[in-house]
Amino acid sequence: MDNYFEIKDLKVGFKTFEGIKKVLDLEFLSICKGETFGLVGESGSGKSVLALTILGLLPIPPGIIESGQILYGGEDLLKKREEEMRKIRGKKISMIFQDPMSTLNPVFTVGEQIIRVIRNNEGINRKQAEKKALEMIELVKLPDAKNILIKYPHELSGGQRQRIIIAIALSCGAEFLIADEPTRNLDVTIQAGILKLIAELKKELKVTVLFIANNLGLVSAVCNRVGILHEGRIVETGTVKEVIKDPKHPYTVTLLKAIPANREEKIDLSRILLRRENGQETGGCRYFDRCPERSGQCSKSSPSLTPVDGSHLVACFKAFERSGINEQTAS
Amino acid sequence: MKTFIAKRLLLGILVLFGVILITFTLTRVIPSDPAAQWVGPRATAEQIKAARIELGLDKPLYIQFGKYLQNLLRGNLGYSLKSHQPVLNELKTYIPATMELVLLSTIGAIFIGLPLGVMSAKRKDEWVDHICRFFSVGAVSLPTFWIGIFLQLVFYRWLGILPMGDQLSMNIKLMYNIPKITGFLTLDSLITGNFIVFKDALTHLILPGITIALYPIGLVARMTRSALLEILNEDYIRAARSYGLPERMVLWSYALKNSLGPTVTVVTLSIGYTLVNTFLVESIFSWPGIGNYVATAVISLDYPAIMGVTIFSACAYVILNLIADIIIALDPRVRI
Repeated sequence: MDNYFEIKDLKVGFKTFEGIKKVLDLEFLSICKGETFGLVGESGSGKSVLALTILGLLPIPPGIIESGQILYGGEDLLKKREEEMRKIRGKKISMIFQDPMSTLNPVFTVGEQIIRVIRNNEGINRKQAEKKALEMIELVKLPDAKNILIKYPHELSGGQRQRIIIAIALSCGAEFLIADEPTRNLDVTIQAGILKLIAELKKELKVTVLFIANNLGLVSAVCNRVGILHEGRIVETGTVKEVIKDPKHPYTVTLLKAIPANREEKIDLSRILLRRENGQETGGCRYFDRCPERSGQCSKSSPSLTPVDGSHLVACFKAFERSGINEQTAS
Repeated sequence: MKTFIAKRLLLGILVLFGVILITFTLTRVIPSDPAAQWVGPRATAEQIKAARIELGLDKPLYIQFGKYLQNLLRGNLGYSLKSHQPVLNELKTYIPATMELVLLSTIGAIFIGLPLGVMSAKRKDEWVDHICRFFSVGAVSLPTFWIGIFLQLVFYRWLGILPMGDQLSMNIKLMYNIPKITGFLTLDSLITGNFIVFKDALTHLILPGITIALYPIGLVARMTRSALLEILNEDYIRAARSYGLPERMVLWSYALKNSLGPTVTVVTLSIGYTLVNTFLVESIFSWPGIGNYVATAVISLDYPAIMGVTIFSACAYVILNLIADIIIALDPRVRI
């Protein structure tokens, strides 16, 4: 495993009136150059917070980064000054946001928005930037690029806007793309188009993608490896094949069961719908309340991410037992 | 866009008509005798009667109104009952001095209020923000007459560094004759290169200027701050930052352009408010403007003068609102 992008012991919280609410507690996450890494979790599990933290855009306060490292090319992004981060954003690491309807500035034309980003990041003149903007729009396969440039966002459809957003995000040669649920607010046919585009651009421009989604099916279709995020912790990670075919963590199992395989099958959603009460910190496994296999040990200490089978890592005592691994406890 | 402006103009004319109708009726309903005013305090009963016929006051109200409208369309606002001068001419002499104050306060609102609001939003909940908010709340809530009198007390009575009122010192007024080019004393003296008059006019402008400008500055600062804070939470602002755009551009261009709608409305409305506010400020600083003029007109029930000023401020309001609508319509989402 090369260390292209690594997160170690990242702890992020939010200050509230009741004290600090822990949002992220990532022990370990590594992404190899050129791969598409899928991060799956339900709403509120900390996916978007992770994306913002990587880019240094988490509003502080109320956010607090308690500890940890985000290593990109061997350098810790959390230690960088705002000035240095600005040079990384857009040029090295870029992001596509969830909602294409609200990600473009409504009072500037699409062209103006692309050109501004290009000019700012590359320091070239307007004419050159315009040419590059046209190229980018053609790259994301929007027809009639010249005409698109003078359009305002509200004149475009959701799919067109998302393509524009991808064009902006990749316009300055970013090699690491964070796609935060890029197809969330689009209908299924448009989704497929956008996913195909991301896959093609990834090959063409050799970008590494961190694909964030709340849909395991989607992730299994586009990603090489996957991490399952549960309440700010990665509970299982491995190649798509390992995780989907042989899920080790009870949470992953429940998630997979929630995808209807055929029409006759009845899906039991009761476990998914269970919520932990008040998010209290018990010191035990965060999945304890919902876990079908819990035992006494799970309420007392929290399991740490441990390899069970090659690149397949899981954080569950029961899974350790089954795989015959000595129990490990996170500090 | 053209039909939009035409519609607004038509609406404005309707508003003006309403204003004229209401003020006309009100000034006539008030128990007073314009004819007696016209001929003066020592007139005989016959003279008053003759004046009544001369002024057309013996006719029914609707005919009087029709006559007034007819004259108005020809640009005749009638004659002042007190000075017997055409009201239009009197307005022409007094409006520039008032506009000087109004313009100054508008410039203040835009060039002080707006940046203050942006600073405040950028440094939300830091000490800069607290000071800005304290200032803007104070500026909006302190009554104008109190500010005016307080400033006079401090800068004229205690410190003695600024004059108490009027547009020029008496000796300067007597020594120099400034030709009217724009009607703005400060500008005219600057154009003619008379720096002694310019300096004197400027020192006279400071106190009434501050008094009148505080309210719009505070209002605009407050409005800009809250509008901007809302916009800064939008997704596209976060996205702009994620593309590596500098904070300066994100704040002053991406966010500000989106939050200009409410600010523009407030600026134009506050110009209208300022116009009315000059009535008070000009009385305090004996500023030879339209406010001072209408104040004396109201006291002596000089209705053609009152009507003239009312029509002028109504016109100003209508035009300002039209301008505000047009500026807001520049936002591509509202464009018609």
